[in-house]
Amino acid sequence: MNETLDTSTTPPAAVKETLLKQILNPRIVQKGAFFLLLLATLLVIVPVGMIVVIIVAKGAPAISWEFLSAMPSRGMRAGGIFPAIIGSIYLVGATIVFAIPVGVFSAIYLVEYAGNTLLTRMVKLAIINLAGVPSIVYGLFGLGLFVIFLGFGPSILAGALTLAIMILPIIITTSKEALDAVPKSFREASLALGASKWQTIRHVVLPNALPGILTGIILGISRAAGETAPILFTVAAFYLPRLPTSVFDQVMVLPYHLFVVSTQIPNIEQSYTYGTALVLVGMVLVTNLAAILLRSKYRKKL
Amino acid sequence: MSKISVENLNLYYQDFHALRGVNVEIAPTMITSMIGPSGCGKSTLLRTFNRMNDLVDGVRVDGKILIDGDNILPAQYDLVSLRKKVGMVFQRPNPFPMSIASNIKFGLEVHGVVRKDALDATVEDALRAVSLWDELKDRLSCSALGLSLEQQQRLCIARLIAVKPEILLMDEPCSALDPIATERVEELMIELKANYTIVIVTHNMQQAARISDYTGFMWLGELVEFGRTDGMFTNPKEKLTQDYITGRAG
Repeated sequence: MNETLDTSTTPPAAVKETLLKQILNPRIVQKGAFFLLLLATLLVIVPVGMIVVIIVAKGAPAISWEFLSAMPSRGMRAGGIFPAIIGSIYLVGATIVFAIPVGVFSAIYLVEYAGNTLLTRMVKLAIINLAGVPSIVYGLFGLGLFVIFLGFGPSILAGALTLAIMILPIIITTSKEALDAVPKSFREASLALGASKWQTIRHVVLPNALPGILTGIILGISRAAGETAPILFTVAAFYLPRLPTSVFDQVMVLPYHLFVVSTQIPNIEQSYTYGTALVLVGMVLVTNLAAILLRSKYRKKL
Repeated sequence: MSKISVENLNLYYQDFHALRGVNVEIAPTMITSMIGPSGCGKSTLLRTFNRMNDLVDGVRVDGKILIDGDNILPAQYDLVSLRKKVGMVFQRPNPFPMSIASNIKFGLEVHGVVRKDALDATVEDALRAVSLWDELKDRLSCSALGLSLEQQQRLCIARLIAVKPEILLMDEPCSALDPIATERVEELMIELKANYTIVIVTHNMQQAARISDYTGFMWLGELVEFGRTDGMFTNPKEKLTQDYITGRAG
């Protein structure tokens, strides 16, 4: 059939149909889909960028040697945040001391030794549920168990144990995935050489899973450093201008201090609040960076 | 006297009867090959000799496997000494992601050898035994994953030799290699048989005919025929064997 003749005699409905066909052309649809996916991806950057830009812009003027190294003064409107920085470091340090061995060891047990029994299925279910518990509930649990029942009082010990329980599921889940991802052929090769199961785990499986395990630890540390609710009743001090001397001492902690200075202190300079936020974000980023460098070093060694 | 003698061996994966009443005698310092179609049980049989099937859930074995007269099947049998004596080479080369030297030292280290000079001497001996020493002596600290597949498979054999086994089990060791590399690994096996008893599983009948002294043909979990390789390929006793090796069955 002749094409020009065809268009001239096409009724309006058919024109609409060919237009629709052109729009639904797979190439155009594909371009549209890619554009949407790109847009969604770019949207992820926006909030991160904005948070960093706003905090740096408003907080940078407050940062000085005094701010980082002095005790707070004038009802926390001046001076520094030194005790909160040290408190956070002690608390996160104590948290990973508890969380890493328990988390990594139980992941090894679950992957390498536990069969698929009712007990292990229950343990796995418990881990999933532990990850879903709201952080304020951990705070109340810590208050009930560590602060009151075990009599630790509000202290680094009670706070660290509470945070450790909170980050356990993160560490266990990522470590489990890392261990599962070690190829079966490595284990077989090792066992076939007469290595015992533990030697295989120790010398073949763990070194290969280490980068993945470190990822879980990084995520856990960041989470522990930034949470406020679990430490609210278990460790955080409102105002305590001295450094802790034992694990049974209360400490000031950055996230709680940030909450205090942004909501509880009237007539405070905005830069002081944002400066605190900047230090907190900076500390989390530095720990992450250190762990990422450590991880890439282990990756390279393989 | 045979190195390995299998007496009325049955193996079940849960309900699946994978080996049916297998009896075979494997001669020392010879190459014995097992041929047969996929799923006939030849790899399963091989993996009973170093008890690698123990890793699979729900495996049951009955019968006897005597190695140098010792039955290795009882549950309390010492697997560490068994696997030291009976080494295994896998289908795909599986060096550890460590340096070439560490790969070879691994077996010794897990068996408690710590003296540096002893370890270094073994690295050289083992690499010489698989003709890799001249190629690799300057790269011992490089990652084993940077080697060609053939070199990796030779390294895996060297890694075994380092722990001084008596039996080498090879589960289709050339299936990931090209024909030229295959030929060279076959030459290596023929060199090695002077000192080791080699059992190889292969789906490649030409390979079995080229290198082995004895051949067993398996079919649906049964050892249909076993005998000297030349006799098996020129004058098989069973019709099924003849059909398989001439390409009419399988």
